[in-house]
Amino acid sequence: MATLEIDALEVRIGAAGLKVLEDVTLRVEPGEVLGIVGESGSGKSMLALAIMELLPGVARYAGGTLRWDGEDMIAAGPDAWRKRRGRDLAMIFQEPMTALNPVHRVGRQVEEVLVRRRGMSRDAARREAQALFQRVEIPRAAAMLDAYPHEMSGGMRQRVMIAMALATHARLLIADEPTTALDVTVQSQILGLLRDLRRDTGMSMLFITHDLGVIAEMADRVAVLYAGRVAETAPVREIFDSARHPYTRALLSAIPKTSGPRERLASIPGSVPALDAFPTGCRFAPRCAMRRDACDARAPRLRDATAGHAVACIEPFGYVSDEDGP
Amino acid sequence: MAAFLARRLAGALIVLLLVSLMSFALIWLVPGDPASAFLDASATPDQIQRLRTALGLDEPLPLQMAHWYGRILRGDLGESILLQRSVSAALIERLPATLSLAGTALLIATLGGVAAGIVAAVNHDKWADQATMSAALIGLSVPDFWLGLVLILVFAVSLGWLPTGGFVPFGESPLGWLRTIALPALTLGLVQLGFIARISRTAMLEVMRQDYVRTADAKGISKLEIVVRHCLPNAFIPIVTVIGIVAGALLGGAVVIEQVYSIPGVGRLIIGAIAARDFPVMQGGLLFLAVVYLTVNLTVDLIYALVDPRVRLT
Ligand SMILES: Nc1ncnc2c1ncn2[C@@H]1O[C@H](COP(=O)(O)OP(=O)(O)O)[C@@H](O)[C@H]1O
Ligand SMILES: [Mg+2]
Repeated sequence: MATLEIDALEVRIGAAGLKVLEDVTLRVEPGEVLGIVGESGSGKSMLALAIMELLPGVARYAGGTLRWDGEDMIAAGPDAWRKRRGRDLAMIFQEPMTALNPVHRVGRQVEEVLVRRRGMSRDAARREAQALFQRVEIPRAAAMLDAYPHEMSGGMRQRVMIAMALATHARLLIADEPTTALDVTVQSQILGLLRDLRRDTGMSMLFITHDLGVIAEMADRVAVLYAGRVAETAPVREIFDSARHPYTRALLSAIPKTSGPRERLASIPGSVPALDAFPTGCRFAPRCAMRRDACDARAPRLRDATAGHAVACIEPFGYVSDEDGP
Repeated sequence: MAAFLARRLAGALIVLLLVSLMSFALIWLVPGDPASAFLDASATPDQIQRLRTALGLDEPLPLQMAHWYGRILRGDLGESILLQRSVSAALIERLPATLSLAGTALLIATLGGVAAGIVAAVNHDKWADQATMSAALIGLSVPDFWLGLVLILVFAVSLGWLPTGGFVPFGESPLGWLRTIALPALTLGLVQLGFIARISRTAMLEVMRQDYVRTADAKGISKLEIVVRHCLPNAFIPIVTVIGIVAGALLGGAVVIEQVYSIPGVGRLIIGAIAARDFPVMQGGLLFLAVVYLTVNLTVDLIYALVDPRVRLT
């Protein structure tokens, strides 16, 4: 059974009921890393928060299902979620600078999970927290337990967040752009750490990023999100070797060929439309080099092209990997 | 934290210097001669001259000032003309009543205000929020002397549950103390309770939408634990600042309430001194209240530094 199964999920925002996620269908298998990629504003964070039931007050579930080990979570309600959070589900956020409570020592914030969610005694929790700090390679772990967040760098704080996530023994870790706010060398250290942890614990991961380079390093499978809809989903190799959606191809051609600091995915002309300006047809159509009249009729649904490779485009690219992208 | 407190202490010393100058100048700000102002019109020139000499008013100004600072640095605030006793002794004797009143009022305002603010913030935009905030607004708009009179009429005169005024020291009878202090402290505290409630609500709402609260929620701990352990300690940082302001306002407000409830406090002493033109008590009282006020503020700064770990560094 899949760890997490999302089917036709719809999330709306505000009194106007703007659809920030629509017809999102995904699954995460045990031990698998599912990468979610898309430009800023595509709804990646909303999806992560929807899975955790941590949506902001303005957003609400408007359709579809979200199953955990088969349990229909939206139907089960907030208490069922609360039981899962910090036990089956953990999350790390994009901004390590604001994600930790400024008035509590970082050790205590990790121990809180161990005491409240895993029923450890204070002493045992303290020892375990120290071991976790060592595991996430925080130098002088014992001393750092007593530090306050403002005394740590962004990279160290993100390690604390990871230690906190590990403390839960969660089977699914949601990582929402965990390295975006960090500088490049720290970024690769954190990615390396997450890879090691995933190998050692066998937990599943939903790894969100706007950077296909990071996807290549981290993910087993990829879902490309555009304007609240899944454009394409495939094993990571197929995304790089034979992407079928014009948007995925545009993303790929936006990766700088040389190594060095990666740029944001800004080189596709235009930007993700605002929620109240979604086109009626395919949402990518206005920016798509392959656009035709039929694209404006309705948003294409995700269809299997081959086993495990689905694409939402009326005229996707064929098998052959070719040099000239759209 | 040492640097932070040193800065605050330096600020307090400057205020103290200014207040001591003002207290000294007080005697010269009043039109006419302090000695003849105290004595009534029937006083002989000889009587006036003797009082002038006793008050040291015949000396040159720099010498008077030197004497003034020499005295106050030793804690000697002079002799009351009216009471024929040391000003410091009179003030210290009155201090427990004023501190009881202001302290109890502060306790009521803080506990009630913070609790109301939390209830309102947690139930943001629901009826409990609107009800609490409407009540706070009413509390804020009622003049304290009027509220004091109404409470006396209801609980002292009509129901006869509590005395209409006076003060029993805590050391004499804790119950008697509570009975005399309850209504005045409630009167004084309610207005500030409304104020603190509104500030606490705003502070809580601000904290509740911070990222770290979402992190706490991601841990799956209960809503109550999130509010108590993660939101409140952060909301306390702005609230403590406001409590400092409120404490100052309560000391000032105590003067009025001591009149309404005939409580023999510092405020009543000073008002009596103003009416009788008893200059040494006026001067000493001003200085004394400034010291009390600054002590309260430094205590608040200390609490502030304890609540916010980020302050301890700077
Ligand atoms: N709290 C919010 N209120 C209203 N709109 C929001 C809110 N958060 C995000 N949005 C909108 O939802 C869309 C998706 O945002 P988000 O999920 O943050 O995108 P991503 O994480 O992919 O950058 C964007 O159009 C964004 O403007
Ligand atoms: Mg995001």
